[in-house]
Amino acid sequence: MRTYLLRKLAIYVLTFVVAVTLNWVLPRLMPGDPIQTMLSRAAVAHPESIAAMRDYYERVFGLDLPLWQQYVNYWGELLRGNLGTSVWLFPAPVSEIIGGAVPYTLAVMLPSILLSWVVGNRIGALAARSRWLDNTVLPVGYVLTAMPYMWLAIVLAWSLGIVAGWFPVAGGYDFTLAPTWTWKFAVDLLQHWFLPFLSLFVVQLGGWAIGMRNLIIYELESDYTNYLDALGAPRRLVRGYAFRNAMLPQVTGLALQLGTIVGGALVTEVVFAYPGLGKLILSAIQNQDYFLLQGALLFIVLGVLVANFVIDLVYVLVDPRTRTGMQGATA
Amino acid sequence: MSSLLVLTAACSPASNANTNPSPTGDATEVEGLGEAQDLVGEYPRNETVFTSGQQWGPPSSWNPIPGSGDATGVRGLLYEPLFQFDPKALELTPFLAESGEWTDADTYTLHLRDGVTWTDGEALDADDVVFTVELGKNPEVPWSNLWTWLSAVTKVDATTVTFDFSDPRPQEWENFLYTRVILPQHIMSAWSADELLSNANENPVGSGAFKYKAHGQDRMVWERNDDWWGQDALGLKMPMKYVVDIVNPSNEVALGLLIQGSLDLSNNFLPGIKQLVDSGQVVTYYDKAPYMLSANTAMLVPNATKAPGNDPAFRRALANAIDVDTIVSTAYGDIVKKASPTGLLPAYEKYYDKDVIDDVGFSFDPDEAKAQLAAAGYKDTDGDGFVENLDGSAMDLELIVPAGWTDWMDAAKIIAESAAEAGIKITDATPDSGAVDDARATGSFDLLINNWAQISNTPWSYYNYLFHMPIQEQQLSGNFGRVDSTDAWKLVEELARTQADDPHFQEVMSQLQRASLEQMPMIPLWYNGLWAQSTEKVWTNWPADGGDSTAYPSTWGGYFQMGGLTTLANLKPAK
Repeated sequence: MRTYLLRKLAIYVLTFVVAVTLNWVLPRLMPGDPIQTMLSRAAVAHPESIAAMRDYYERVFGLDLPLWQQYVNYWGELLRGNLGTSVWLFPAPVSEIIGGAVPYTLAVMLPSILLSWVVGNRIGALAARSRWLDNTVLPVGYVLTAMPYMWLAIVLAWSLGIVAGWFPVAGGYDFTLAPTWTWKFAVDLLQHWFLPFLSLFVVQLGGWAIGMRNLIIYELESDYTNYLDALGAPRRLVRGYAFRNAMLPQVTGLALQLGTIVGGALVTEVVFAYPGLGKLILSAIQNQDYFLLQGALLFIVLGVLVANFVIDLVYVLVDPRTRTGMQGATA
Repeated sequence: MSSLLVLTAACSPASNANTNPSPTGDATEVEGLGEAQDLVGEYPRNETVFTSGQQWGPPSSWNPIPGSGDATGVRGLLYEPLFQFDPKALELTPFLAESGEWTDADTYTLHLRDGVTWTDGEALDADDVVFTVELGKNPEVPWSNLWTWLSAVTKVDATTVTFDFSDPRPQEWENFLYTRVILPQHIMSAWSADELLSNANENPVGSGAFKYKAHGQDRMVWERNDDWWGQDALGLKMPMKYVVDIVNPSNEVALGLLIQGSLDLSNNFLPGIKQLVDSGQVVTYYDKAPYMLSANTAMLVPNATKAPGNDPAFRRALANAIDVDTIVSTAYGDIVKKASPTGLLPAYEKYYDKDVIDDVGFSFDPDEAKAQLAAAGYKDTDGDGFVENLDGSAMDLELIVPAGWTDWMDAAKIIAESAAEAGIKITDATPDSGAVDDARATGSFDLLINNWAQISNTPWSYYNYLFHMPIQEQQLSGNFGRVDSTDAWKLVEELARTQADDPHFQEVMSQLQRASLEQMPMIPLWYNGLWAQSTEKVWTNWPADGGDSTAYPSTWGGYFQMGGLTTLANLKPAK
């Protein structure tokens, strides 16, 4: 057991180092120069003044150092928990910017992924056993999954937001409100949250349902099911086994989904003008903000790695074959 | 004299540190205020103006020194300049200053208003002006260039400051007077030199009509300063209690907010706004084309370091080969205006020299372009319909515009199509905006579009942009094509040194117009609009041509002192 975990841990550490290095390298391979983008917005008329400002900012961001030194410094700062200063939103620290956006992202992504997973699996499992459900739920599921998300989101925003006027079309909370501990504010926050959440929930629901339905059908036709049937085992018991086996790939899928959640949902945030990480990452790319981009990507990498690690642990619990494999490996 | 000044400058941080105990009395008040403010949970719709257009990301800085990256309103609502500039009359109007004049050829004397205070109660006086100007002695402060032609700034009394110039440049000086805001010495002199650009200046103390109220991921909230000096001194009363600036949402969302009436003023380029104006849902400055005021000139920049862009005759021929009218109607839906051949904004119309324009001006005329190309020796030797370079090699110019800038991408296509009619082969390309920045700075391009010369108090800024010399390794503020024109640059420097009311000013302007049309360092295309669309559901009396209010209605950085503040002051509640 311990060797298994240690081996896994070593692999994760190695992956982390490689991923962080890539995070550092990739933004620097983009054409353009972050400081120049920053200075061009200042509209200074004299080249001499620009040169001095440029030197200053390069010093502030440490971009005047040789590349290898920038890389070493980056690790040094990272291990001290410092993600650097944003170029685009200068002089705000990257950790602060990400910290401001993460609550919105988590609030939309976490419930939509978890709820769609739970509900989708339920519906899928039921559909596999009922011809009627299979004929109604499945086509709807296919349509939902195949629908371009952008289109669905715009339709939701337009119909429920602008035409019906039931939900607001922009912002994390109403622009006439200040955050306070009041019911009014809480309700408003929920209203702004609902459409982004709903759009993500609906789109993901179909995928989970279809996946689960297919897996259950596969399990119900496998040898062990037939054998159990032949032994005269109760239908309920057979289905229970099928469900548990079918859950395994779904758990992996869920873990991968959860891992990417900190990346945010770019399109959701653009369509509903919802302040989250996705739009920040896009702006970071557009403004060549190396530090914000690194910081945001680091969160994604960490998210995926942690999710995978947790899944490794969960597998040990839910899948007896993993435990057998571990014993075999240590023997 | 100057050594004394250096001394006082060096002392000021220390002397300020000694006066630190006094603000503690205010601090308790501020704390109480903070608690009271927490109780205010909302900004009533009929007391709040909602704007959008300047802010692209979460507000992160309230420091006006870098001149960019500060939250909407920091320069103009919170911190104030000495003068305002009226782009209609091309005049400076006294603001924090009561008056200012050249007392002799090398000296400018400034009189401040009496009784202006910072929101923490400290007086805004000559010390603050001297401090602000002297900050420019730090090379990384954007106005450091001032000190190459200013020799000393002296406090005469609490409201009088004199400036002594080693090389007086009235045009540049007036630009400084209204673009740079006066900073609180009692606060910022405690900042170290390294902090000047990097201090986020949270909880800012300003002197302006509005105070910092709150900010969030997607908004910046300002609250009216009820003790503002301008209420009595200028008779300006702000009818709204709050100004909430919304971080730019996508075009679709911005349009949705406008239609719903939850956004009062959008200073963003919104494609298709013409239909909304024509149907009366949205108001703009003009009720017909071009709908918007002009803010800057979009220029086509040929690279003059290689053939054929290095040939003025070719650049002139190219100017005749571009169908700007189609760009205006197709790419912009008539919300921009075709540029004058001089490229000078309509605001400078009084300087246009008709004789020069008649003599060497240009307009879209493929036949004329062909004739000029032929006269300059450009021939189509291989018969593919496109002329070759003078050395006989095939010509294929790449026109780059940043990916995603849809209006410019459309314009680039039209430029390529219309140039083909005259036999010039242009291919449009859309690299990443960073790559365009790189190409522009290093001079590794054939053709590109740029619009950095904004409206200002003086056409000098336009010619400084057009002809700036000497050519650097990286061209970051103008003359991107690297046209080497010493004569024209001398004229630009002369313009900077001439007073606008001197008859010589127009002479230099005429010579510069001729120089720009003969050498054609950049080709003027169209005037980008001062994008401003408003709704009248909650607030009316938006600036309009021939209306009650004719200020430039913009919340962009640097535009509050050119009309943005007046726009707000002139608003009236609907009903």
